[in-house]
Amino acid sequence: MNTTDINKIEELEALRVERQHHAEINTFGLWIYLMSDLIMFSILFATFVVLGKNVAGGATPQELFHLPFIFTETMFLLLSSVTFGLSMVAMNNQNKKAVLIGLIATGLFGLGFLVMELYEFYELAASGNTPDKSGFLTAFFTLVGTHGAHVFFGLIWLISMIIQVAKKGFSDKVRSRLVRLSIFWHFLDVVWVGVFTFVYLMSMI
Amino acid sequence: MFGKLTTGDIVQDPLTLIVVIGMIGGAIAVVAGLTYFKKWGYLWREWLTSVDHKKIGIMYIVFSLVMLLRGFADGIMMRTQQAMAIGESQGFMDAHHFDQIFSAHGTIMIIFVAMPFLFGLMNLVIPQQIGARDVAFPLLNNISLWLTTAGGALMMISLALGEFSNTGWTGLAPLFGLEYNPYVGVDYWMWSFQLAGIGSTLGGVNFIVTILKMRAPGMKLMKMPIFTWTSFTANVLVVLTFPVITIALLMLTMDRYLGMHFFTNDLGGNMMQWNNLFWMWGHPEVYIVVLPSFGVFSEVVAAFSKKRIFGYTSLVYATGVIMFLSALVWLHHFYTMANNPSVNVFFSITTMAIAIPTGVKIFNWLFTMYKGKISFATPMYWTMGFLVLFVLGGMTGVLLSIPPADFMVHNSAFLVAHFHNTLIPGALFGYLAGFSYWFPKAMGFRLNEKWGKLSFWGWAVGFVLAFMPLYATGFMGMPRRLAHLNNPDWTPYMYIALVGACIIGLGIFAMLVQLFLSVKDRKKNMDVTGDSWGYGRTLEWHTSSPPADYNFAIIPTVKEIDDFNRMKEEGIAFKQPEKYFPIVMPKNRPHGAIIGVLTIVFGFAMVWHIWWLAIVSFVGIIGTVVAIGFDDDSEYVIPAEEVKRIEDERFAKIREAMAQKTNNE
Repeated sequence: MNTTDINKIEELEALRVERQHHAEINTFGLWIYLMSDLIMFSILFATFVVLGKNVAGGATPQELFHLPFIFTETMFLLLSSVTFGLSMVAMNNQNKKAVLIGLIATGLFGLGFLVMELYEFYELAASGNTPDKSGFLTAFFTLVGTHGAHVFFGLIWLISMIIQVAKKGFSDKVRSRLVRLSIFWHFLDVVWVGVFTFVYLMSMI
Repeated sequence: MFGKLTTGDIVQDPLTLIVVIGMIGGAIAVVAGLTYFKKWGYLWREWLTSVDHKKIGIMYIVFSLVMLLRGFADGIMMRTQQAMAIGESQGFMDAHHFDQIFSAHGTIMIIFVAMPFLFGLMNLVIPQQIGARDVAFPLLNNISLWLTTAGGALMMISLALGEFSNTGWTGLAPLFGLEYNPYVGVDYWMWSFQLAGIGSTLGGVNFIVTILKMRAPGMKLMKMPIFTWTSFTANVLVVLTFPVITIALLMLTMDRYLGMHFFTNDLGGNMMQWNNLFWMWGHPEVYIVVLPSFGVFSEVVAAFSKKRIFGYTSLVYATGVIMFLSALVWLHHFYTMANNPSVNVFFSITTMAIAIPTGVKIFNWLFTMYKGKISFATPMYWTMGFLVLFVLGGMTGVLLSIPPADFMVHNSAFLVAHFHNTLIPGALFGYLAGFSYWFPKAMGFRLNEKWGKLSFWGWAVGFVLAFMPLYATGFMGMPRRLAHLNNPDWTPYMYIALVGACIIGLGIFAMLVQLFLSVKDRKKNMDVTGDSWGYGRTLEWHTSSPPADYNFAIIPTVKEIDDFNRMKEEGIAFKQPEKYFPIVMPKNRPHGAIIGVLTIVFGFAMVWHIWWLAIVSFVGIIGTVVAIGFDDDSEYVIPAEEVKRIEDERFAKIREAMAQKTNNE
């Protein structure tokens, strides 16, 4: 090898290290962002605790919540996390077809969750329990709705990643984006476990 | 079609109308100028879509200075009104107008002056101080800038169409609810605040990652420059607390748009919850704006005393303690809100405790100056002015932290004097010190010293005259936010305060003259070496002025605190490296500008209930974000030969300058 070749190799190595560093940074950035998102939810939870008892003469949580329905809804979201986990395993095995099936299944479970949530909202509104009726309903709709909005935007992200995997395969960038989406998706699951416990279960006591 | 908006919403008041016509005239002049000189393409390619942290920093600061003029205009109008409207006289505006002005003044000064100024300085300096080529997320950085300016734009539109909020910059439940404020004022406040706040959160994430992950090799945390440290803690607070205000404002949105009951006084709402949420953000926010400014003072005092900062470790720990405590004091803003006494005592103690680390810092700065060979340059003027004036503001803060004392002066002019006494010397003086300290680094030429010092004297003397009288009237029982005064005993104090505000105006005028003269004489004041003052100690002085796109051709390896000073002592600071490597840099991309414009449209549509437009612009924003996710073409490579060419040119200039210097000697 002559010196120009050595130079070229050195240069390529420098570029590779720099790009790898970038992927790492992106994931770390998502974590920090999720921390801020978690604070948003914590404020919504705290406000639910403050306002949750203020039914203002209207319906109480015990009258409104149907736990079996919510449990099914919860299972949809938890299963979507399982399928996402499986597609990440498939990604590490470079199995494009399995990844796509896993992501589509995740999307369907997520969509099912969202449809059930909207149906619950619709039922509540149809029986006259709209968010402007009491402090409790205000806090309830905003907390659960904010989580639902996260799932909705997660679904848009998921669809865009399905298209990217189908079109571009597993380029470094696509892989790193998929890792980040999976962290985000599991995060939504964790928050929902909080919602299920603090909003639904605790209100039934 | 246009929601609530009709021609009747165009502002009628003659004074505001003149301002609006002036603004529109100015905008037309700028557009005409850009078209005539064919600069649109340049502006778009080199600035509006730029992901270069240095340019983003400059744009932040320009925006902040423009908003400072607007905020100051509001301030002097309030001082004039309070000096005029005593007894029989009603002054030159009615109470409703006055309410809007103090609300706008506070919102502008905190959200659209302090925040962009500090993000501007952080952008300009931090990547260079830690030996990086850009921030962690360059495009996100551009988006943050655009979200902040979108909020500012909405704020300015409120002058011409409709009105601004009349409930103070802090909001006031339930006055800001739909029931008492059905018109658009509160919506303008809410949306401009919300959009800028989201921009700040994203900026905070960006800088935390930048500082933790992009430092040059060898720069351990305890070797970081103090400005980077204080900015880091400020950004931790940003990420910790801006989400709180985002949600609080979202709740208000729900109240105002969907008739919900978060902060109403009926149907199970809780008005006190607003105070809690607002100040959970609001108090840390004070430290967000003041901590980076402490960082600037630390850099300046070390450089111009030609000594390493005294007690680096204690200064870092003091910063950390302030960060920690600042999140635990929010309740002292409403001791009078019928809390349990033991709750008040807890927050009283945490509040007093903050004085301890802050006192540590004061001694750090004093002992750095002790036995230093001090150069009295403009940044040093700001620093010394700060040391004297800020201590006073800190002490009145300790006074206010005692609940029984606070009950006496709660929401009085005393409070107004107190927080101006901390924020003007504490935050603003720091930014202006940083502005004059790093200006040559950003622009490549030095500022006029004489007018810079005059500006300092205007601010310092004007500040004392404008706010010391308010301490006195506060003790005499004068509440804050009065559109009309009924006690003639306060009159002389109001006159002095007005004179003070005018002298601050002269300080601002001197700053504009300074900028004008410095640009005019820039050829004479070029900074060739990059070490603009000759006393630079930290890595930002290692780059050229203005720095090349990539800042550092070769990333330096850091050995100690004030590493550039070490390089100078070892005589290797200006030695040209033998070999260069290709450099990967982020590409300029239009997404931030597109999101910014759509955000202005979205905010405007929401304020006026133009639903179709709100939906279209929101979908547009989401679409643009998705497009970013698809875009793989985000970087370019500067080949090693090109780096070498740029660096050769720079070092030729340095050698020439040094030869000239030796000849002269």
